[in-house]
Amino acid sequence: MSHLTLSAVNFAWLPILPLAAVAAGAMAIMLIGPGVEDEDSAGLGILALITLLAALIFAIFTLGENSLAFGGSLATDDYAAFFEIVILIATALTVAMSLDYVADEGMAGAEFYALILFAAFGMMLMAAAGDLIIIFIGLETMSLAVYALAGFLRRDPRSNEAALKYFILGAFSTGFLLYGIALIYGATGTIGLAPIRAALNDRAAENPLLLLGLGMMLIGFGFKVAAVPFHMWTPDAYEGAPTPVTAFMAVGVKLAAFAGFMRVFMANLGPVSAQWTMVLWAIAALTMTVGNFAALVQQNLKRMLAYSAIAHAGYLLVGMAATPRAMAGGAMLYYLIGYAFTNLGAFAVVIVLERKGAGGATLNDFRGLSRSRPGLALAMTLFMLSLMGVPPLAGFVGKFYVFSAALSAHLVWLVIIAALNSAVSVYYYARVIVVMYAQEEAVTAPPRLAPRPGLVASVIVAVAGTILVGLYPQPWLDAANSAYASALGRSATRIAALR
Amino acid sequence: MTPIIDYMALSALLFAIGAIGVLIRRNVIVMFLAIELMLNAVNLAFVALGRRIGSMDGQVIVFFVMTVAAAEAAVGLAIIISMFRNRETVNADELNLLRW
Repeated sequence: MSHLTLSAVNFAWLPILPLAAVAAGAMAIMLIGPGVEDEDSAGLGILALITLLAALIFAIFTLGENSLAFGGSLATDDYAAFFEIVILIATALTVAMSLDYVADEGMAGAEFYALILFAAFGMMLMAAAGDLIIIFIGLETMSLAVYALAGFLRRDPRSNEAALKYFILGAFSTGFLLYGIALIYGATGTIGLAPIRAALNDRAAENPLLLLGLGMMLIGFGFKVAAVPFHMWTPDAYEGAPTPVTAFMAVGVKLAAFAGFMRVFMANLGPVSAQWTMVLWAIAALTMTVGNFAALVQQNLKRMLAYSAIAHAGYLLVGMAATPRAMAGGAMLYYLIGYAFTNLGAFAVVIVLERKGAGGATLNDFRGLSRSRPGLALAMTLFMLSLMGVPPLAGFVGKFYVFSAALSAHLVWLVIIAALNSAVSVYYYARVIVVMYAQEEAVTAPPRLAPRPGLVASVIVAVAGTILVGLYPQPWLDAANSAYASALGRSATRIAALR
Repeated sequence: MTPIIDYMALSALLFAIGAIGVLIRRNVIVMFLAIELMLNAVNLAFVALGRRIGSMDGQVIVFFVMTVAAAEAAVGLAIIISMFRNRETVNADELNLLRW
């Protein structure tokens, strides 16, 4: 495809351009920032948006590259490009919904946007990792920025508490991930992902060092994707963090965590999948069940969406448990696109409705929304229906593909549990819709912010994404399948032949 | 030469002390110390395994881990300080504003 031969000597520019653009933008914002008053910080947000757009264009150019750069450390395949594109879009929507929030809450704009971009850089690095060090560096670059973002409302004790809980448990899980990397390095003698896959044979699968390493890495990634029983930090961190940051955590961090998780486990530890799919079966079942049942009783929308995010991680893990099936990976990537648009939209609506300093909107704030703000109510209805999994929206189609991949791997019971869980989830998603349409507006209606252009734009994009990804699934699914095929080191045509 | 198993045993022991420390101590600064201990246990494992395998990767990772641990200390202590300013406590049990 490209004339670049990516050897260690030949410095490869193209594959790192999307990453370099985001890092450069972040540094530029930090340099300009001190000269900008906090009230004018929206300009820095626009600069962040321009940076993300440039990176997006570069990422689209790297599609079809499918090579390794930097001695195998960086994988510039379609899988990386796919995640980079989705992460960049999610980050751009986050920035768009933050533009007014940052000014309203009196937050330091320069640091906020720079940290968002640094986190996006880490996420993209994780998706493009070609060895385990890069997975670690990407994960930490992302996490350190997001810890700081979660505590960004410095004077709000709840934001402090969210950041501290997230930080302690996040750093704790990093220790496990790193220990797992060390053990796998000891078992296979390499940290490169492709060499690890090559080194895995039947004899390696019996190696206790490798098995222990798998377990440790599973714990580390389990924390990051918020899988039960490693989810304790999720509701607290999501509730206490500033709402745009919560959206970023629920979507961006989850995308990146799954990008790394899938690349390491599904694509490169696939040869020993018999050793870990049973564990994932149990984790998936637990994650869905705990997430959905805990969400039933929540009044605060942010907390409800946090448990809903846990439940959705569970649905995705159903796909992971079906690992040797090639279609499972593509289905999960497709699911993640729909998940990203829908969740960002839902959080954007929460930002519109939350009062200053209230730390999120409760169900009461949604009462009678269909009369006071019919457009917003309609958008929220759409997001809730998509999260519920109602056809033809993105959430339904994603679930359909993931569950059928699991069925083809004969995980019948797991799919039954998932279907029952989806039924449970209807209750708490539908409750939001009922409150908006069937209940009278609260007597003491809170003084709501006028709709702001950034917020309105992100809601509109999220609505469009939720509908389009669901109504026309084929192009997205094809992109997802060829992306996953490239992570497996196969051409898309061969995967198509396998199906 | 000390056999590799000794290094791995020491590393596992340090890691376990760190992990248990995070779980049972209530002072967030001590919890943070315990996390650093976990990371250093991993460093020991990396160096020992790298030496045994005869590749430089294990040694190089340690530099990355140390750098990241330093960055983590900066962010972590900043978060702890901002919490202390608002709440005047570093006790994890008093972090009870967010719960269901």
